[in-house]
Amino acid sequence: MAAVTLRGFGWRHAGRKRWAVRDLDLRVEHGERVLLLGPSGAGKSTLLAALAGLLPEDTGEQEGTVEIDGLDPSKARERVGIVFQDPESQLVMARSGDDVAFGLENRGVPAEEIWPRVDEALRRVGFPYDRDRPTAALSGGEQQRLALAGVLALRPGLLLLDEPTANLDPTGAALVRNAVARTRDADTTLILVEHRVAESLPLVDRVVVLEPGGGVRADGTPEAVFAAHGDALAAEGVWVPGRPIPPRRATAPAGDVLLAAEGLGLPPRLGAVDLAVRGGEALAVLGPNGAGKSTLALLLGGLLKPGTGQVTATAELAGGDVRTPPHRWRAPALARRIGSVFQDPEHQFVTSTVFDELALGPRRTGRPEPEVRSTVDALLERLRLSALAAANPYTLSGGEARRLSVATALATAPRLLICDEPTFGQDRRTWLELVDLFADLRDAGHGVVTVTHDAEFVAALADRQVLLERR
Amino acid sequence: MTQPTTTRWRTVDVIVAAVIAVAFGVIFWAWGLLWRGVDPAFAFFPAAQAIMYGVWLVPAVLGGLVIRKPGAALFCEAVAATVSALLGSEWGGITIVQGLIQGLGAELAFAAFRYRSFRLPTALLAGALTGLGAALFDFFVWNVEYAMGSYRIPYALLTIVSATLIAGAGAWYLTRALAGTGALDRFPAGRERAAV
Amino acid sequence: MIGLEPVARPDAPLARRNPVAKLAAALVFSVALVATLDPVAPAIAIAVELAALPLFGVRLRVLARRAWPLLASAGGILVTLVLFAAERSGRVLVDAGPVVVTSGVLLTALGLVLRMFAVALPGVIVVATTDPTDLADALVQNAKAPARFAYGALAAFRLVPLLGQEWRMISMARRARGVDAGRNPLARLRLFASTAFTLLVGAIRRGTRLAVAMDARGFDATTPRTVARRQHFGKADALLVAGAAVLAGGALTASVLLGTFRPLIG
Ligand SMILES: Nc1ncnc2c1ncn2[C@@H]1O[C@H](COP(=O)(O)OP(=O)(O)OP(=O)(O)O)[C@@H](O)[C@H]1O
Ligand SMILES: Nc1ncnc2c1ncn2[C@@H]1O[C@H](COP(=O)(O)OP(=O)(O)OP(=O)(O)O)[C@@H](O)[C@H]1O
Ligand SMILES: [Mg+2]
Ligand SMILES: [Mg+2]
Repeated sequence: MAAVTLRGFGWRHAGRKRWAVRDLDLRVEHGERVLLLGPSGAGKSTLLAALAGLLPEDTGEQEGTVEIDGLDPSKARERVGIVFQDPESQLVMARSGDDVAFGLENRGVPAEEIWPRVDEALRRVGFPYDRDRPTAALSGGEQQRLALAGVLALRPGLLLLDEPTANLDPTGAALVRNAVARTRDADTTLILVEHRVAESLPLVDRVVVLEPGGGVRADGTPEAVFAAHGDALAAEGVWVPGRPIPPRRATAPAGDVLLAAEGLGLPPRLGAVDLAVRGGEALAVLGPNGAGKSTLALLLGGLLKPGTGQVTATAELAGGDVRTPPHRWRAPALARRIGSVFQDPEHQFVTSTVFDELALGPRRTGRPEPEVRSTVDALLERLRLSALAAANPYTLSGGEARRLSVATALATAPRLLICDEPTFGQDRRTWLELVDLFADLRDAGHGVVTVTHDAEFVAALADRQVLLERR
Repeated sequence: MTQPTTTRWRTVDVIVAAVIAVAFGVIFWAWGLLWRGVDPAFAFFPAAQAIMYGVWLVPAVLGGLVIRKPGAALFCEAVAATVSALLGSEWGGITIVQGLIQGLGAELAFAAFRYRSFRLPTALLAGALTGLGAALFDFFVWNVEYAMGSYRIPYALLTIVSATLIAGAGAWYLTRALAGTGALDRFPAGRERAAV
Repeated sequence: MIGLEPVARPDAPLARRNPVAKLAAALVFSVALVATLDPVAPAIAIAVELAALPLFGVRLRVLARRAWPLLASAGGILVTLVLFAAERSGRVLVDAGPVVVTSGVLLTALGLVLRMFAVALPGVIVVATTDPTDLADALVQNAKAPARFAYGALAAFRLVPLLGQEWRMISMARRARGVDAGRNPLARLRLFASTAFTLLVGAIRRGTRLAVAMDARGFDATTPRTVARRQHFGKADALLVAGAAVLAGGALTASVLLGTFRPLIG
């Protein structure tokens, strides 16, 4: 049981000029269930961290006050539990039961009470294995439910969830939401951050929208907020429910086959798959977590050696190299023909500025410097990154990093583009831009393959789908 | 670049120090994969071995430069040694003893400046002293049967030079590069960057 | 892939001992053996170590797989000694310019190689039989190690396989960007350095997030921690350490009695 009071609260991270949150006045009562919204960078995660007492003084500057039940958050830590977006970096121990017990040990819970509370928490989230299950052997959805159990075992009065389903397939996300719904009792206050609003609405009874510059943009029941501000919020990048996205269908029939896979697989990660990718076509690869979608993307991209079967590129794609499979091509030749965008954008960055990052591919494939410059400038313009040309790629926000990683693959103008979860964690604005970008490419005759959990993205863009099953 | 440091370790200090050590464990493992076949040949060229020595000592100096707390260099190198032992290093437990001696070297350098200076000269001294730790260990434990003038002394000197350059200067440049990526924003080492 | 699980049968009588006791026994044994340069004491020690293998539930094959890189080091010792031996006593076997091989040199080499194996194997055996979580628990409960550091290191250690996978992803991403090194060793070195840097950046970011998640669950709380998993240091554990000391002492004594003992210092 806990209530939250913010008065003129603001926070500026050390090393930043801009305030992440500012002028925030807000009260959340005991047992309320709040969905916190706002475009990317509006300060939602920062606010949750403040409530959880996770903003130490030496990491920034504070204005105003935050109180949990009248206490400073650093003194009210025992009443608050928080679950973050990335399950892999919030699990601490190697065995599932030990991980749930970790928080209880820290709080000094007597040893004989620990295991009963661990078992109860695991039951509440519907954890399907026993306590000895290695955490490394869990799927993303299972890891996320375990993280939730680790927090519930502490019996927090205030539960904070920061995009707990962003990495998960629809089934896994539903399981986590069910687990959250099961914690619904009058004793727990809930504050949830989620980009995808529609699925989360059943869990909450109030919506608060943060204004990027500071303050609260809108506050009230979901119906009232979306009726009053729906259009404006949608334009700013909030996923307002019930706002259909016009699909971008292909304007011409698909062209020639570029790449064909026969019996392609890599046991035990991926069973045999047959498919063909054509120019002027957008193909979506769907399937649950762990089905092997990313593995398939790497195999098609010529980055992994097939375990079974083969990948053949047609002359249309491979030019003189038709006889060798893509995974044996030299890297510059590969980059000119097939562009790959990885699940995690940061893996892809090689240089220390955004400009060099975009110029790298064209330079490696031997284009003359003036041409490189004009290509890069055009891409910067198109993806609204011009102002950041001199920034270090690792310092970009999530949405910017994603746009840059797509742009790097486009810089060499490959005939075939393969993207792994391009829309994950994006606000609505970036999302719409990406759909347009891919649709333009397809209409210009390129092949586009996207691996995704995002049903709306598939509905908006894909001409054809391939569904992988969990083996 | 002097910083008033509180000596209490925050959790992020403990974890990032350990993670630096772990990441180097993985980097050394990948190095082994890349140069498999070449690596054993290294064993036959003692001079090459000594020239490369500094590479193994980077975590100690880097840990000290990033964390800036008493004990950071020692902790980092101890974890790095334990990780390499646990990853199935053929040297087993003795690496842990060796790691502690090397870490102590870097630690002494930072302590000599009372944990207030983290500039290049301090880093070079830290590199030189971990190198000295490593060189002493090898000098007395592994190299006793070799000729003094033509082997033991040159090997020890090369080790120290390599540690000064690769571990000392290398870790200093690495800290700056890491700060540029924003990864060190939670640390004083990362805040010397201009605000954006 | 990098595996972290112990590779031995966990129910073997000595594998079940307290991890701190195992570690202490291995260190006592290794350090004692470092103190001598003769071939006899290490030979006896190696025989003891091999005899103890079944008690630890470690199969010879597993040990061999972990320890084979020592063979390269053994070759290195031989070559270095031939070129740089401090003493060349005994009968001359080969005399080709700078390369003078005598029976004394070979005997010294044998001593050094055996010593290296005798010193390294105990650690390899203990690591093969010890679960990292148990080790951290025992360090905190039985060796009074500070909990924040022991569990902090343990949490970071859990990232090892993740970072191993990350290394592969980063390498593939480089290739996708048109960056490869071909056969040029210098380009390979540069590519390696840039991959390592990216890995390090990602690891530090991940570590920062992990630290926040741990604090959120009270890791930095000032309340005294309780323990969910008890580690017991009993008589049998003390006996293991004492046994290691006695056996190592025995090997050294045997060498002294046979007149072969050559102390490291002196
Ligand atoms: N540790 C940090 N150091 C410096 N700046 C930070 C830090 N964390 C966040 N910021 C900055 O603070 C601002 C708010 O970030 P925050 O993560 O709270 O946004 P958010 O609303 O959660 O966005 P998203 O929806 O993309 O997760 C951003 O400009 C971000 O770059
Ligand atoms: N480098 C690897 N080594 C061994 N197994 C792996 C590796 N990468 C992935 N796997 C395993 O292979 C299977 C398929 O993984 P993959 O990443 O292709 O799935 P995915 O469909 O992309 O899942 P997600 O939706 O979570 O991204 C999983 O069970 C995964 O644990
Ligand atoms: Mg956020
Ligand atoms: Mg995937």
